[in-house]
Amino acid sequence: MFEILLKEELAPKIKLFKVLAPELARKAEPGQFIILRIDEEGERIPLTIADFDRDAGTITIIFQEVGKTTDILGTLEAGDFLQDFVGPLGMESEIENYGTVVCIGGGVGVAPVFPIARALKEAGNTVISIIGARTADMLIWKQEMSHISSRLHVATDDGSLGQKGFVSDVLLEILGKTRVDRIIAIGPVPMMEAVCKVTPEDITTMVSLNPIMVDGTGMCGACRVEVDKKTRFACVDGPEFDGHKVNWELVKMRAKMFAKEEKEALSYHRCGEGECQCHRTNQNEK
Amino acid sequence: MSQDKPKRKIIPNKHPMPFQDPEIRNHNFDEVALGYSEDTAVLEASRCIHCKNSPCVEGCPVGIDIPAFIKMISERDFAGAINKIKEKNYLPAICGRVCPQESQCESKCTIGKKNEPVAIGRLERFVADWEMAQGIDSTPDIKPNGKKVAIVGSGPSGLTTAACLGLKGYQVTVFEALHVAGGVLIYGIPEFRLPKQIVAREIENISKLGVDIRVNAVVGKLNSIDELLEQGYDAVYIGTGAGLPYFMNIPGENLNGVYSANEFLTRNNLMKAYKFPDYLTPIRVGDRVAVIGGGNVAMDSARTALRLGAESHIIYRRTLKEMPARHEEIEHAMEEGVNFEYLASPIEIKGNEEGRVTSIICQKYELGEADESGRRKPIPIPGETFEIPVDTVIMAIGQGPNPLVPQTTPDLETNKWGNIIADAQTGATSMEGVYAGGDVVTGAATVILAMGAGKAAADAIDEYLKG
Repeated sequence: MFEILLKEELAPKIKLFKVLAPELARKAEPGQFIILRIDEEGERIPLTIADFDRDAGTITIIFQEVGKTTDILGTLEAGDFLQDFVGPLGMESEIENYGTVVCIGGGVGVAPVFPIARALKEAGNTVISIIGARTADMLIWKQEMSHISSRLHVATDDGSLGQKGFVSDVLLEILGKTRVDRIIAIGPVPMMEAVCKVTPEDITTMVSLNPIMVDGTGMCGACRVEVDKKTRFACVDGPEFDGHKVNWELVKMRAKMFAKEEKEALSYHRCGEGECQCHRTNQNEK
Repeated sequence: MSQDKPKRKIIPNKHPMPFQDPEIRNHNFDEVALGYSEDTAVLEASRCIHCKNSPCVEGCPVGIDIPAFIKMISERDFAGAINKIKEKNYLPAICGRVCPQESQCESKCTIGKKNEPVAIGRLERFVADWEMAQGIDSTPDIKPNGKKVAIVGSGPSGLTTAACLGLKGYQVTVFEALHVAGGVLIYGIPEFRLPKQIVAREIENISKLGVDIRVNAVVGKLNSIDELLEQGYDAVYIGTGAGLPYFMNIPGENLNGVYSANEFLTRNNLMKAYKFPDYLTPIRVGDRVAVIGGGNVAMDSARTALRLGAESHIIYRRTLKEMPARHEEIEHAMEEGVNFEYLASPIEIKGNEEGRVTSIICQKYELGEADESGRRKPIPIPGETFEIPVDTVIMAIGQGPNPLVPQTTPDLETNKWGNIIADAQTGATSMEGVYAGGDVVTGAATVILAMGAGKAAADAIDEYLKG
């Protein structure tokens, strides 16, 4: 069992946990992920590591409530325990002194970008960060990102903070003015795809894929992605890949494998997808 | 032979195993074979003629004294019988269920030359279940010897090594990547063939030997082999199995609805997707499923698909005669209503605009000359293809070794397929104090062979550490 030491609500439906897992914290590196299971009936879900503290023995995860599992996860409080918490899984980010690196985080994707950007900065890179969200109140970790970035740009879809538009729009402007040696982009699939479309092929653009997984150790192949026309397993070969070589249509298609079942599980849970959330209230009272 | 001692009449056939009715069991996940009663077990045991050479023992990869335990059963000394088995095999309830006895002990049985062999597997299962039902704790007293061994992987091989070394007084720690111990016994073999409660009980018995089993511990990520040695383990045994699923590299293989058998079975067995939405892991089979392959994993997948409500088809490129699955599993699959398409192999999987599987196109084959494996080689018949509409395709064409440990252990030698190179007798690898066995060395094989390797390695580790 793994104790949740701290819970923070960063934005509506976006929550942060610090989980006590000293062995994991000792080995975790930027770019890697964990798999957790809330309880005996739970599914195994992968979440990219947002931060780690080797001294305190903690792993920080940030998640958005988008389905039944993340909904239930959001009802847990500091002092509660997770049944299973396994990792660090996947390959770590490639960190070198590239020169100037643009680090892009969209939505909850800002979280996994943070430790990568920090490591890139520590390796001597000039880090230009772009973070974005639909609205200002959905934007997370602006301050954390500004600490580790030489320059921080903000974009929101509705213009409620920073530039109105997408992170890819901001990137395009930067590319017009500044020499960029490498790009890393993590966020919703359409965002990562858009970023790859606007970047020239000669600038390596790394993305972090988060497909459906079960074991996370290369055993099941659920997380198949196609990179450079070859099938790869995101859990052991990734999760980071060269975004210019990713078959994005396949990524989007495979994400819908269990769309019907996910909806079914959620409607059981959220009572017909309504906003009543009666079942959640019951859970809180429990 | 004197006149007054009449020659005992041999009962030609095994006493039948009671089974759940096929038409009922293909709708549930309860165990198919129900096990012998005490009386039937005693009668079956009395079929053994206690021949001079005991060829059955040679047929057992772990060398159980089969005639001795069978004799005890015939004398109703069930406790004696199970202890006799446990001298060599600490997972008898599992082996009694999943070993391919027809190609091992029972294939050598003297009675079996003219009649059906003694049902050794069923008898092994019977005494193991009998012991569990009695709630006997037969854990022996163990004197710790102060030496530490790390075991990577809690499948049949690792558990056997753990039990053998635990009995010898070693302080054993088993590292398991998943959240439940048991490896393929838990994620791979379905409930209806090997109830998970049985596996849990056998593992509990191993824990009682002082073996510490740590789940959620991915060696290669959390610790490397080198780090385990640095942390004070005197030896390491790697039994990480064949956990890397193979695909065919045919068009359409990444469509939604194409699973590796590992994924399909793991969702069901480990994650209990058949209980969705009470358990949150989903699974989808649709109306018709094609399973590619002819081994035990293919049978398990096809029978699981059936139980989830689909029409189930096995597609195999050779014929029934060459199928590597246990006879009993093939028979059970047929009884339950799995369809078998022989001499065919998929060349393409087709899907709709949503990317979901709609059909599978297969090439027809004929059998040619025998290949290196001694089986007749399938040869494609030019121009002969056919299409079957299906919603799901399950690839059960084999698994490779899991790469996580070799990837992070530079001094560990592997072959071109990624299998760890280990001595066939001792399991010794290219690294001092590091041993390996089971599927990660041999490629995907059987539970009992993995156990045999685990046992041999335990003896070798004991020799090494006694120095």
